[in-house]
Amino acid sequence: MLTTWVIAAVSAAYLGLLFAIARYADRRADAGRSVVSSSWVYALSLAVYATSWTYYGSVGRAASTGVGFLPIYLGPTLTFALGWLVLRKIIRVSRQRRITSLADFASARYGNSALLGALVTIVAVVGVVPYISLQLKAVSNTFTILLRYPELASSAQLGRPPVVQDTALYVALLLAVFAILFGTRHLDASERHEGMVAAVAFESIVKLVAFLGVGVFVTFGAFGGFGDLFEKGAADPEIAALFTLAPQTGYGAWMWLTVLSMLAVLLLPRQWQVAVVENVDERHVARASWLFPLYLLVINVFVLPVAVAGLLRFGPNTVDPDTFVLALPMAQGQQALALVVFIGGLSASTAMIIVETVALATMVSNSLVLPVLLRGGTRHRRAGQPRGGTRYLRVGAGPRGVGGLALAVRRVTIVAVVLLGYGYFRLAGGASLVSLGLVSFAAVAQFAPAILGGLYWREGSRAGALAGLAGGFSVWAYTLLVPSLARAGWLPTSLIEDGPLGITLLRPESLFGLSGLDPISHAMVWSMLVNVGAYVTVSLRTRRTPAEYAQAATFIDALRQPAHAAGTRLWRGSARVADLRELLDRYLGTDGAREAMGRYLGGRGPVPVPNDDQLAADEQTAADDPVRLPKREQTSVDLDRLPKDDQHAADDLVRVPKDDQLAADDLVHHVERVLAGAVGTASARVLVASVVHEEPLGVDEVIQILDEASQVRAYSRELERKSAELEAATAELRAANDRLRELDRMKDDFVSTVTHELRTPLTSIRAFSEILLDNPDLEAPERGRYLEIVVAETARLTRLINQVLDLAKIESGTAEWHIGEVDLAEIVRDAAAEGTQLFTGKGAELRLRVPATGPAVAADPDRVMQVLLNLLANAATFSDARHGRAVVQVRVTGGVARVDVHDNGPGVAADQQQVIFERFRQGSRATGDRATGGTSDSGRSGGGTAHSGGAGGRAVGGRAAGTGLGLPISREIIERMGGRLWVTSAPGEGATFSFTLPLAGHSPAGTHYQAPGESGAEG
Amino acid sequence: MARRVLIVDDEPNIVASLEFLMGQQGYDTLVVDDGDEVLAAVERFRPDLILLDVMLPRRDGFEVCQQLRAGGHDTVKILMLTAKGRESEAAKGLAVGADAYVTKPFSTRELVARVASLLAGGVEGVEGP
Repeated sequence: MLTTWVIAAVSAAYLGLLFAIARYADRRADAGRSVVSSSWVYALSLAVYATSWTYYGSVGRAASTGVGFLPIYLGPTLTFALGWLVLRKIIRVSRQRRITSLADFASARYGNSALLGALVTIVAVVGVVPYISLQLKAVSNTFTILLRYPELASSAQLGRPPVVQDTALYVALLLAVFAILFGTRHLDASERHEGMVAAVAFESIVKLVAFLGVGVFVTFGAFGGFGDLFEKGAADPEIAALFTLAPQTGYGAWMWLTVLSMLAVLLLPRQWQVAVVENVDERHVARASWLFPLYLLVINVFVLPVAVAGLLRFGPNTVDPDTFVLALPMAQGQQALALVVFIGGLSASTAMIIVETVALATMVSNSLVLPVLLRGGTRHRRAGQPRGGTRYLRVGAGPRGVGGLALAVRRVTIVAVVLLGYGYFRLAGGASLVSLGLVSFAAVAQFAPAILGGLYWREGSRAGALAGLAGGFSVWAYTLLVPSLARAGWLPTSLIEDGPLGITLLRPESLFGLSGLDPISHAMVWSMLVNVGAYVTVSLRTRRTPAEYAQAATFIDALRQPAHAAGTRLWRGSARVADLRELLDRYLGTDGAREAMGRYLGGRGPVPVPNDDQLAADEQTAADDPVRLPKREQTSVDLDRLPKDDQHAADDLVRVPKDDQLAADDLVHHVERVLAGAVGTASARVLVASVVHEEPLGVDEVIQILDEASQVRAYSRELERKSAELEAATAELRAANDRLRELDRMKDDFVSTVTHELRTPLTSIRAFSEILLDNPDLEAPERGRYLEIVVAETARLTRLINQVLDLAKIESGTAEWHIGEVDLAEIVRDAAAEGTQLFTGKGAELRLRVPATGPAVAADPDRVMQVLLNLLANAATFSDARHGRAVVQVRVTGGVARVDVHDNGPGVAADQQQVIFERFRQGSRATGDRATGGTSDSGRSGGGTAHSGGAGGRAVGGRAAGTGLGLPISREIIERMGGRLWVTSAPGEGATFSFTLPLAGHSPAGTHYQAPGESGAEG
Repeated sequence: MARRVLIVDDEPNIVASLEFLMGQQGYDTLVVDDGDEVLAAVERFRPDLILLDVMLPRRDGFEVCQQLRAGGHDTVKILMLTAKGRESEAAKGLAVGADAYVTKPFSTRELVARVASLLAGGVEGVEGP
């Protein structure tokens, strides 16, 4: 059933779907509602890294070298997980300077060198053509295999169909059309192609799904899961060898492969295109830094299982391992799955070809062709010819400017590259899928010293970059390209065996006797040696021009400036506005020129808009393409559409540059930037230079300007830092102030409360004293009663004063503590003895449950006594009126000594349990408790004997005797000795006051311990 | 007819002294020790003068005074007693409608004199002990 027509139809349908998606995305982009400005789409588009090499070749490589297929994916994972900052820097620089291709980047960094840009382009084209042929080969082979179903074949058996019948050719042409349609619709200053990106992201999904599909089928359908598969695999010793890190590939090869792929994931033209040029928002990079490695992980999960399954099913020599992915479903009779797999592979190949050719087209047009044409033009002009320019430049004059020419060049390039790829495939593509790809990797790796050096090494110079790249490329060509051509028969094989002219030392595959390495490692060693060596030595030995200094600074410091900072201006000169306008007219067409000027003015008007550079940097999705007019928000002012008198008014308002005025620096930079979008930075610089009388900046001046800029930055950073510190200090001060005020308030409260408390007993004392004085003939019982009151209140007053002083001393730390070893049982018994009166007077009972000799605790014995007496007094006061009973229990639990004082009184309500520990607070009425004497109900109080008071006095009415300070003082004492004091109670069930003390030998929390005799001064 | 004096204070000993003093002058007295019960007591007892302590459980003397005045008891004289001696307290007391204000400890003679004066219809300001 899988006839040619079926397969062709399905493929065509799939490509049709791609077209539709791309078209839809472009439409949305034009309408301003982009579908690709999402970090997910960005990460998926990065997956264009996985081509049919991944799809078919990984399995092939896994079948022969086991996990040796991994380094190719390890590299990108490392690059993105660890080095995504590098990518961000590249993106930021590119955005600032409107750099739209790899060649442009190199050229811009090294003094706008057109020569360097051209060299990069050539290396890119030569390096990538084999890779393209790889994809076409995959398409062709898999098509044929699928066609031969159900008969399986190895690739070796596949002959080459005649050109006319070769699907690969048709696919290639179709892809060229696609690339032209969606990659060269118009000139976009940002060089973004939203439709293409959408299609590529979609293809990433398709190939992932297809690969997972076949993986799942093989692992769980044909076998019983991972375990089953690997068990069967381990049974065969050859297969078992695949599971280990076989040394057959050598660790050196592993390392080089990883390095290569680390570089390639950024430096391949298609990767640069999707990662840098098509990037919508540099913040997407952060998410891509884990999404993309994740994608690679997922798509590689089934590689080894499929390889093992294939080896098990087919044995090592019948079917080409590269095609296991296809062969396995076919062997099981799964036609539909096989077709899906084919589409997946098609998807992988087509994505690669589309993006690669578009990227190359941009580079060729901007960095190779146009500079040549423009130089021809300007040279002629400089020779004194009238401004009309030469015949070269007349092409493209009119509303579209030179844009038409640029687009034409790109389209031709696309077709040419695709055909070159096809040609290489037909003529020389005999090696297995993998090596061709690695050859391309090695080629683009030659860019690494110049690009990475340009980002991080100030000393890198143009001459150095040229030398390095030329040298590296030459070595690459000699060690990799020459042998493969020789093997294909285009060069004599004696070249490989004996070296050129018979000089064995110069054999391409073992230069200078370095043998034993696989070709790729060998090539890399030598090419990197030459490349880096030349780059470094030549850079160190040449002097840089001021322009290069300027570029270097901008590039290297790109991340230190905020994302929207303009580059430091390093240009001085004079240009007439008219000249600039004419430049724009010529190269962007009259429409484009008008819009470009409009944009410039839109940023200069009286309305506070961000300055032009910010405007340019801000427009991430809205491309300010001078040639096309998107319907997105524009802040430009279209002068020609203003009514006449308004125009003059507008002129005054907006400071329109008049034609014979000298252009402001801003305008010149704007023009240059706008032109760069259309023709590349190098050419733009040339064009602008041709109308401008530049005053060359000396190196000193450049340095000075840069210094100032960096000083300003440094100052502003310092300022920010100081301001932050100031804020922090202010906040601290405010907090401290609040605390102080709070303390002050508390102190005021305390003072006023104490005053009140002291005055209350005084009132009774005075009143009754005066009454007794004024009424000498009072009856004796009455007199006696009143005198008793006076005495009691005096005692109360004394107690109060003592307790206040005590509390104050304890809190301020000036109290004396004599911590020693105290026998707890003994002291409890002593306290009980002293407090007996409290109980007998009321008719209540006191029980002790203490051991014969108690736990030894570290405490001040007097203070412990004070606390116990307080608690006992409370217990006595509040125990049940008729059958009062209190129990004191001593035990050791949880590593501390614990004393519980329980009374069978009315208990303490939950909401009162905190209140009673507050100073001068006494619990509110407990229901049903009527204390002796007085009409007021009593609340639980803290009254009790003070330490110096000796024996406890009688409580005359609970509240009247209470001071409200006993419990707070007790708690303070216990806590200072390292324990806790709390109450457990429920209304109606009595109350238990408990406290803990540390056992002797465990000193209480650090600071409290005082040697006997020393006065305490504690915090 | 004997004048009636309502004593509002929760300290039993102070209450005892006030009872004696007022009793000695021939006034009828009633004691209330809770701010919430004052209003009801006033309705029942219809005193001519109230000795009102500021520090009461649950509701303080200022609130009670305000409540009384708002409740239409304008004619009864209110003499506030407190242990806090600040100027602001005195002003506050007068502001909520007390007729006089005495700080504790007070002089018995003075207190008696002030009560008599108020009952006789005099208007007084604040004096300290």
